[in-house]
Amino acid sequence: MWHRILAIFVARNREFYRDTAGLAWNILMPILMIVGFAFIFRGDAADVFKIGVIGDAPDRASVAASFLELRHVSFVPVADPSAGQLKVERHQLDLLLDLRAAPVYWVNVNSAKGYLAERLLLGAGSFDEFEPVGGPQRQAVTGEALRYADWVLPGILAMNIMFSSLWGVGWVVVRYRKNGVLRRLKATPLSPFEFLSAQVLSRLFVVLAASLVVYVGAQWLLDFPMRGSYLALVLIYTAGALCMISLGLMVAARLRTEELADGVLNLITWPMLLLSGVWFSMDGTSPAAQAVSQALPLTHLVDGARLIMIDGAGIAEVWPQIALLTTLALGLLAIAARLFRWE
Amino acid sequence: MDTLIEARDLIRLYPGVRAVDGVSFSVRRGQCFGLLGPNGAGKTTTLEMLEGIQSPTSGSILYQGRPLDRDYRQAIGIQFQATALQDFQTVRESLAMFASLYRRTADRDELIQMCNLAELLDRDTRRLSGGQRQRLLLAIALVNDPALVFLDEPTTGLDPQSRRNFWGLIETVRRRGKTILLTTHYMEEAQRLCDEIAIVDHGQIIAQGAPLELVRQHFPAAVIRLPAAAWPTATPLPDRAEARDGAIELFVDEVAPLLEHLERIGANLNELKVQTPNLEDLFLKLTGHTLRG
Repeated sequence: MWHRILAIFVARNREFYRDTAGLAWNILMPILMIVGFAFIFRGDAADVFKIGVIGDAPDRASVAASFLELRHVSFVPVADPSAGQLKVERHQLDLLLDLRAAPVYWVNVNSAKGYLAERLLLGAGSFDEFEPVGGPQRQAVTGEALRYADWVLPGILAMNIMFSSLWGVGWVVVRYRKNGVLRRLKATPLSPFEFLSAQVLSRLFVVLAASLVVYVGAQWLLDFPMRGSYLALVLIYTAGALCMISLGLMVAARLRTEELADGVLNLITWPMLLLSGVWFSMDGTSPAAQAVSQALPLTHLVDGARLIMIDGAGIAEVWPQIALLTTLALGLLAIAARLFRWE
Repeated sequence: MDTLIEARDLIRLYPGVRAVDGVSFSVRRGQCFGLLGPNGAGKTTTLEMLEGIQSPTSGSILYQGRPLDRDYRQAIGIQFQATALQDFQTVRESLAMFASLYRRTADRDELIQMCNLAELLDRDTRRLSGGQRQRLLLAIALVNDPALVFLDEPTTGLDPQSRRNFWGLIETVRRRGKTILLTTHYMEEAQRLCDEIAIVDHGQIIAQGAPLELVRQHFPAAVIRLPAAAWPTATPLPDRAEARDGAIELFVDEVAPLLEHLERIGANLNELKVQTPNLEDLFLKLTGHTLRG
């Protein structure tokens, strides 16, 4: 059995690395994207303040009404105060305001926008009722800004894995079916299980190798932070890749034409591309969008990878994401294996 | 007789079509058996059921007296009509990949030499000519040293030169004791390669036997053709003759006595033609349409 899996594995790998155009695309595109974003978002291009708010709407209306009605400021509800504080440290929020009791706010003393946002808050004048306690209480934090490129990198790695896995398995197996490669293999002693295993292993190997090259390339170009456990990072990307490969196999199980496969794969990837928080944070979007986002595997991959790289998490902190992605991968793989037809 | 594989009452239905409609035959060990018929006659479907690629709607297939099992795939080799090979692989790598899928393999060097692939070993399989590609596909079909080889229209699309070369190759394979089951719509191919043929039309076998015997069963030894104007008007046509398209055709078992008779009655023999009926004529006679139609 293993020598048959190995034979197909090797053949599929050859196909990948000898296709130089495809190979260049797989590795250069994500690097170019990251460099592009680093260039575009180099300065403080956004002219809007982003302020996190802890506490419910009724309290806010009575206490800080005029401040919360300021235009050109985006107010983002924050559920977890400590996560909110971390964002202030990373300059992802310019200010964090806690309105659950006597108003408290956090501001980063290293942030110019934080300074301005603080002036806005104190000048808004709606805290007069709190005059006895002398206005909102200030909590200073410090921390270097998290560049957009640093924030987006874990997402772009995940996105690249998604594309490479879905098309590299889904589209390719459908092409094999259409041009008769599968038919030829069906006539040999190769079993569907052996064939599918070889596809999964080959793509996993290729995707992780390509990600490593992108990672090293981006590190060299951008010097992004990697604060957490490398083992956890490898595990989460492996689980994510397995999940995407299984999804690709499920798409490829029956389809006969590449055009249809292309359409189905696009249908799968676009929602993930937009709603998984690859490009922008899902904080502050509608509850419906957030619910959809939570249902997408890419969201958990991106979240987990960011927790590790930006927030310094280890396996203990991201095991829910790893477990979820692995479980999903195994489930999808079982379905794909059941659905699979050579022709 | 030593039957290697046998088909019994094979029926294969597709929506609205009876692609194969009750086909039975058996192939002896060491024989080259041909399924001859026009496109869409059900040859490929029949072959694929015997290969174990498709299952029959009803009927059974016995290999060495037993139903097909998992090990059957180890014992057979197949050359499909249309097959793509995995991209970005050389001839050598393709052969090695297929060889590693089997328990038992043929001697690789001998196979390469036999199929005349030695000079193509490092070529990308996408850059092979039609004839070279067919030779590689045949080598892949033989890579597990199979007892039974299926060839589905192996020379369709080849130029006459490559076709003849390929016929020579199939004859070599036969000499090595392989049993061959092939489909074709070239009667010349069937006549040259096959010990036995089954003529298939509309999913049924309409005639079966050794090619020459089949022709002999249905036709006299020769057809003599004269322009109508060459026939003396006063003389009536003999019994076994037909006037058709401005010509007269006379069917005879012995040519010499007829020629004497023609001379006696004063027929003009300048444009006389003697034809030996072949499979194509047989097919036309049996089905009313031509083989490639």
